[in-house]
Amino acid sequence: MSYLEKDSLKIVGTRPIRPDGVDKVTGRANFGADMKMPGMLWGKIKRSPHAHARIVSINTDKAAALPGVKAVTTRADFPDIPPDKRSIGAMPHNLWDLSRNCMAKGKALYEGHAVAAVAATSPAIAEQALDLIEVEYEVLPHVMDVEAAMAPDAPLLHDDIFTAGVEPKPAKPSNVSKMVRFAKGDVEAGFGEAEIVIERRYTTKPVHQAYIEPHACVVSVAPDGQTTVWSSSQGQFMVRAYTSRIAGAEDNASIRAIPAEIGGGFGGKTIIYLEPIAYILSKKSGRPVKIVMSREEVFRATGPTSGAVVEVKMGAKKDGRITAAKAVLKYQSGAFPGSPVQQGCICGLAVYDLPNAEAIGYDVLSNRPKVAAYRAPGAPIGSFGIESCIDELARELGIDPLKMREINGAKDGTKAAHGPTWNNIGYMKTVEAAKAHPQLSVPLGPNQGRGIASGYWHNAGGESSAACHVNEDGTVTVTEGHPDIGGSRASMAMMVAEVLGIPFERVRPVVGDTTAIGFSASTGGSRVTFAGGMAVTQSAQKVVEELKKRAAIIWDISPEAVEWKDGKAFPAGANAGSFEPLDLAAIAAKAARTGGPISAEVQINAQGQAPGFTTHICDVEVDKETGHVKILRYTAIQDVGRAIHPSYVEGQMQGGVAQGVGWALSEEYIYDKDGRLENPGFLDYRVPVASDMPMIDTVLIEVPNPRHPFGARGCGEVPIIPPMAAVANAIADATGIRLRDLPMSPPRLRAALDEAEPLRAAAE
Amino acid sequence: MAKTHVSTIINGEPIEFLCEPQQTLLDVLRDELNLTGSKEGCSSGDCGACTVICDGSIVCSCLMLGAEAEGRKITTVEGIAEGEKLHPVQQKFLEHAALQCGFCTPGFIVAAKALLDENLNPTEEETRYWLAGNLCRCTGYDKIVRAVLDAAAVMRGENPPSPAA
Amino acid sequence: MPNLSFTAPTTVDEAIRALASAPGLAKPLAGGTDLLVQLRSGRMRPELIVDTKRIPELIGIREESDGFVIGASTPGIMIYANEALTHAWPGIVEGMDLIGSEQIQGRASLAGNLCNASPAADSVPALIAARATAVIAGPNGKREAPVEAIVTGPGQTSLQKGEFIVEFHVPKPKPHQCDAYLRFIPRTEMDIAVVGCGVNVTLDGSGTCTDARVVLGAVAPTQVIAEEAGAALVGHKLDNDTLAKLDAAAGRACKPINDKRGTIEYRVKVAGVLARRAAAIAFERAAKR
Repeated sequence: MSYLEKDSLKIVGTRPIRPDGVDKVTGRANFGADMKMPGMLWGKIKRSPHAHARIVSINTDKAAALPGVKAVTTRADFPDIPPDKRSIGAMPHNLWDLSRNCMAKGKALYEGHAVAAVAATSPAIAEQALDLIEVEYEVLPHVMDVEAAMAPDAPLLHDDIFTAGVEPKPAKPSNVSKMVRFAKGDVEAGFGEAEIVIERRYTTKPVHQAYIEPHACVVSVAPDGQTTVWSSSQGQFMVRAYTSRIAGAEDNASIRAIPAEIGGGFGGKTIIYLEPIAYILSKKSGRPVKIVMSREEVFRATGPTSGAVVEVKMGAKKDGRITAAKAVLKYQSGAFPGSPVQQGCICGLAVYDLPNAEAIGYDVLSNRPKVAAYRAPGAPIGSFGIESCIDELARELGIDPLKMREINGAKDGTKAAHGPTWNNIGYMKTVEAAKAHPQLSVPLGPNQGRGIASGYWHNAGGESSAACHVNEDGTVTVTEGHPDIGGSRASMAMMVAEVLGIPFERVRPVVGDTTAIGFSASTGGSRVTFAGGMAVTQSAQKVVEELKKRAAIIWDISPEAVEWKDGKAFPAGANAGSFEPLDLAAIAAKAARTGGPISAEVQINAQGQAPGFTTHICDVEVDKETGHVKILRYTAIQDVGRAIHPSYVEGQMQGGVAQGVGWALSEEYIYDKDGRLENPGFLDYRVPVASDMPMIDTVLIEVPNPRHPFGARGCGEVPIIPPMAAVANAIADATGIRLRDLPMSPPRLRAALDEAEPLRAAAE
Repeated sequence: MAKTHVSTIINGEPIEFLCEPQQTLLDVLRDELNLTGSKEGCSSGDCGACTVICDGSIVCSCLMLGAEAEGRKITTVEGIAEGEKLHPVQQKFLEHAALQCGFCTPGFIVAAKALLDENLNPTEEETRYWLAGNLCRCTGYDKIVRAVLDAAAVMRGENPPSPAA
Repeated sequence: MPNLSFTAPTTVDEAIRALASAPGLAKPLAGGTDLLVQLRSGRMRPELIVDTKRIPELIGIREESDGFVIGASTPGIMIYANEALTHAWPGIVEGMDLIGSEQIQGRASLAGNLCNASPAADSVPALIAARATAVIAGPNGKREAPVEAIVTGPGQTSLQKGEFIVEFHVPKPKPHQCDAYLRFIPRTEMDIAVVGCGVNVTLDGSGTCTDARVVLGAVAPTQVIAEEAGAALVGHKLDNDTLAKLDAAAGRACKPINDKRGTIEYRVKVAGVLARRAAAIAFERAAKR
């Protein structure tokens, strides 16, 4: 049965109220820090004040002796992880790195790196106990800047990391943990053919996902090892596996990882920081342990995304056809390897049809917190460079920026620089829709400008499980394994309701813990509606087959003679017999007599995810005296495949835009000369507030992905990719000033304006 | 450390509690009174996730000591609905999908309710500036502002069309 | 914080006794919007907190024949709601109102903002420009001092042990006198001022300035009374020449630092920009008063 025809859909594409909504608007919903367990202790973590230091000794005796302290832990309690156990299944993280990130081994590699922890009967006592832990450090030289860290004489973070991807393998260890390269054609020849060549250098600062909910968990380890982990995360199976491996439990069946409601993740909660520590403290004390990060800890010790240098060279003919594009990207990974530089290399160029292209990426260590995924990891940074450079090229050539995308944009049949040939993509539709959008006709006044930028993200499939149960009264429970960050459980219920032909309100979606549902990979990569949706749809389809079989038994006819329509079983044609249709309640009432409970469980490794493309239009007004930039209007146009619940698709787009605007104008990590973070709070780490943003118009283009039952593509990550370049291009349009370093904060813009007009500055 | 005994009215009910001097009202609500609807996002008054109404005006409960609540009337998110009947702000948040992760939502509900208690006809700009102390990282604020403006319309006796279907 | 105590006196004398007799650090508490942040982060470790909000005379605004009396712990929302004060001294009210969010406004006070002694305090420049005074109560009785005498450096005040501010006196404005306060922040709300400027002008019937005070915030360790900038206005209307002189003088009055909120160069430029813009608003208002 195909659900790709939009007109035939009754529920998918509508906007029902989400089933978890009332809990969330009344404060009933339980997030990570909302859990209490009897006998619970409060855990707190001692953190390095130094950006780079050898840990000479740790003495926890005084802390352990403080009345009220029930357990203390240091690295000594954490097992080493042998090389063959450093990855788990298809999960992408190196567990040895993660273990040493959770609790420093030998060296503190960034300010805020955890070195010890305590559990006590009150937060105040736990805090006091931290002060009593004596740590002796040997402070080492540190390095913060990505290019400084690449220098041969830079302070070395790890002496056992040699640059991968370089032939021959280097003899000396390096802070450059990896080099990657993608190439198509011959860029040098391509530049030779060009009638204009420009080379530009762009830089970005690290920015944090800045979810409003700090990391939090409660872990309870019973004497026989039966463990409950309550935490907010983007994947309870990841929590179980990583906690087990890092804390040395190695008994996953005994661990029940329950996904609390999650207060934002954006990729930053696809790994863990607290659970293994809480596990060990709970095991040692015999009591549940709750650990909640303060906002300061979130900033000092959890992964932002990379800061980077992006150097772009583009060559084109005078008519606008790009003949060659080359990008060199240097991304910080923080204290352990794993920046998203590879995605940065791929995604920026993937928007375009380039006869010759090359992208080289460097993954670089520095004394900062280990970077974590942040919404389309790597792509926004690379696209800031590519989309700004294309705009600069367009301006040099006197070609309209949208026309430049029309000339060079990827279409069906285009071979991307990193390999795949596109089929059934919607990029050109987003460009056409941008051209037709009313925002382009709004006249611009003095000091106002308009910028265009595009983006691409590949999206993801992967492992998901789902179970669909028909209850005795004909209602349906569908259990799936994906923490709901943005309203996905509503979409799950909608797809199931559509397949079953019953009202949305009769389907209750549940996000199951690790004992209640089969393995499901994490929420992220824009995969839940795609892969999770595929799994729940298949489970509902299996239930329909079972319902037809049961009706056949009740009617004593062949199952092939039963149809399912609008939530009921019908005899298929007059020959089958004249029976009254049976709805779910009628069939469920006879379940015991027709074979037992009616359920279906499905496990898949979803393939066939389709990419998302987008084009944004941004209007700004610049106060030239202060350098302040106001966003006047913003439109995001995106190919979403099929919007299961359009309000939540729009919401993903609007949220991504706001994060991109913050990244463009005001967010950055500010470190002092000792490598200490100066702005670990929402006062000076400036995310956009309500008065900073206008309404954000969204245009949903639907080019269905036929590999998904309803045509869905992932949609959550693409929208964060264009805003930084869209804003930079708009500022250039408004002032003639091209800013290439993020954030484009008022002092930077004012300084650039003054530099461009020295006579005006002198006259003031 | 000796605890302070506090008598207060929370969501219309007389409540007594003991708290240590350094415990904030937010600590008390969440850890002593099991009113976990108010959230801790920053502990510095910058995110608004802990917003409550105290004697008629919105405050960050993380910036108020529990002991200061003596004799005061506090309204938390748990007190906004009347039993099963949601406040128009809550209802419109649901219809407009003005929440994604839902963590900032309690703070917004309380702050928006306070706005509409004072001004039933706020402009978009007034609404945005009133809510500037409530951070949302998921929504970009668009649907939140629309929900509040619609709730105001409902409270003025109008019947704006609902986006929910 | 094992030794922290809390008390909420109901009279000024009770408060003085509590503050003066505390063995360790004792802090008066008004709105707590700075103090609680510092407590939480460990930056401040007092042994006693004295809540001043139960002392009736510390909350409220009254208009007297020679001006306004503002209770030291009056929250911003009450200041903003006072029509008479808002009409007479819109700049003072603006300065107070710009502090933080609506939630902060529900608690933040003039005394708290002043005694926290941040160079960037929003409510202080306009208070100083208005020549407001603070009435301080302490073990040696009450004394009155100009607002600019209170802050002696970042985080430091001239208040002695046992002293706290009970009220502010703001003079009654003369005919054609009015003020304005502007600040520059990177976002539209929620930031600490990168530069703040309060301007108080008095005009004659022809619109010529007869008296002026220009006060800058966030450009020096304490608020700066920009004497030269004020002098540039006196005797003039606000024409382009005067504006240029004002801009330059404001820039010269700055002794800013580079920090996470702004550079020296930027603060000097923006001081001039804000001085011009605040003066324009003050002149326009003064002409109508």
